[in-house]
Amino acid sequence: MALGDILVDVEGVAKHYGEGDTRVDALRQVDLQVHAGEVIALLGPSGSGKTTLLNIIGCILDPSAGRVALDGDPVYDGKWLRRDLRRLRLDKIGFVFQTHNLLPFLTAAENVSLVLDLAGWPPDKGRARARELLDYLEVGHRAPVKPALLSGGEAQRVAIARALANRPRIILADEPTAALDSKRAQLVMDLLRKLAVEQEACIITVTHDEKIFDRFDRLIHLRDGRLVDE
Amino acid sequence: MNLALKDIRHGLFRFVLTCLGLGLLMTVVLAMIGIYNGLVADALAVVKAPAADVWVVEAGTRGPFAEASSIPADTRDTVARMPGVAEAGAINYQNVEASHAGRTLRLYVIGFEPGRPGGPQRIVAGRGIGTSHFELVADRKTGLVTDDTVRLGRNRFTVVGLTEGAMNSGGDPAVYMTLADAMALQTELDPADQRVQAARGAGSVKSASVAAVIVRVKPAADIDLLTATLRQWKHLAALSQAEQETILLASVVDKARRQIGLFLGILLAVSAVVIALIIYTMTMEKLKQIATLKLIGAPDRTIVGLIVQQALILGASGWGIGLVLILLVKDVFPRRVVLEPFNVAVLAGIIVVVCLAASGLGVRAAMKVDPATALGS
Repeated sequence: MALGDILVDVEGVAKHYGEGDTRVDALRQVDLQVHAGEVIALLGPSGSGKTTLLNIIGCILDPSAGRVALDGDPVYDGKWLRRDLRRLRLDKIGFVFQTHNLLPFLTAAENVSLVLDLAGWPPDKGRARARELLDYLEVGHRAPVKPALLSGGEAQRVAIARALANRPRIILADEPTAALDSKRAQLVMDLLRKLAVEQEACIITVTHDEKIFDRFDRLIHLRDGRLVDE
Repeated sequence: MNLALKDIRHGLFRFVLTCLGLGLLMTVVLAMIGIYNGLVADALAVVKAPAADVWVVEAGTRGPFAEASSIPADTRDTVARMPGVAEAGAINYQNVEASHAGRTLRLYVIGFEPGRPGGPQRIVAGRGIGTSHFELVADRKTGLVTDDTVRLGRNRFTVVGLTEGAMNSGGDPAVYMTLADAMALQTELDPADQRVQAARGAGSVKSASVAAVIVRVKPAADIDLLTATLRQWKHLAALSQAEQETILLASVVDKARRQIGLFLGILLAVSAVVIALIIYTMTMEKLKQIATLKLIGAPDRTIVGLIVQQALILGASGWGIGLVLILLVKDVFPRRVVLEPFNVAVLAGIIVVVCLAASGLGVRAAMKVDPATALGS
């Protein structure tokens, strides 16, 4: 596979909590590059640093050291280089959660169009884009329904639509298939993979789900805060 | 997209119940404000009704409301002849209880001289007192209607007219009768008592004294000079209208006023805490959603807007429900509930401030939420 642009460039990133005797190193000198169109999995036991790495790439956790560049823009180099990290997330990163985390007071369509509303899209265009994505993910017929009435698979597809709504080039997924049966889990991963290729995005997934390992381009193992192999 | 309204619509039943609860609390607050105002208005009504400029009372007293006052009835003639006096009228006050239509009426009897100051401010039904004896003009709150008769003391009186807003500081509705009837009512004994007194060889207890003389002065007359002149008479004291009102508020109804005022203060504090708690709890329940909003890139203003708008909608709804309820039930209260637009507006202002302050607590908590918490299961 021809590699596209480097979308995630992590170099020498470390994260520790506490100091002295209580110091815990969650990440130690991690280097990682992810290219456009790539779908990778972060694997490892609990406490290995998978979620810490995902949070740092998602700009929701301060690294203790290192350098991070997203979509070609340096964003961290000893300190955050962008003041408005939320805007950065809105523009460049889509999140898919273990549980769908849809806002319960919005319909499926509104959950998707909310992101576009926040990004400043005109409401009619936002609604059209939301509808288009939901149709694409085969949940268009559930657009006016609140999350409480969606099945687990439907809710996860709506969450994926939300993550993709503003056409981010980096999609971070934390155990996206944990709440799904194996058939639906594979469908979701196929879908993410297809979208990554179509949108020239990369997908970084934290997972323990061996059933979907064959859906990834790379499996990256972490242990005690270090990348051990690929 | 207005997230606050969407969230409210999502949990509408619960939100409406919360607003209703807050509305009931606001009803109590408004009722207490109204009762406080009513107490002051009732206390002043009896002083304001005669539209007097000067009250001439017994020396050494602050009568006739704060203390008993008794001055010779002919004081009126003397006072009326003083320079600057336009008109003067003797007046008497007393509380009586009477039975009417199977119920006990507690009445505030005002004896006045027809054609002189001291009578009812306006007649809303029937006519004013036209004969020297046994006619009454009653406040509507007595429940009496024209042509009703009621026995007071030894005599039966006929209600010939009705007035409004006449009562004493205790809220007892007033009835007006001639000064002669009022004096007789105050001093004449029952026939049986009179026979006992006669058997003991004592004469009937009759006194030609009144409680006060009400004075209205001529335009441009010097009230201070008039009161100073009156005070030179050793058996009389003179109070201006403003002094009389001050005595009533500072003395007669002071404790009741302070009691209600203090209770109102406590009630407002409790309401503030309840509102703050509701808004804070509403925010705490949404922390995971707020974390998700932060994670997907919502700016602070979106999250602040969600919390503040809901708080203000809650406060405004509670205030509105409270206002509607108190307006519906205020006439059911045994004492007057007087709500001024100013009071209602001040309460609205207080609620807005409390809601904003409570939102501040919620916003502070929301701002501290780590977006990473949205990633957990």
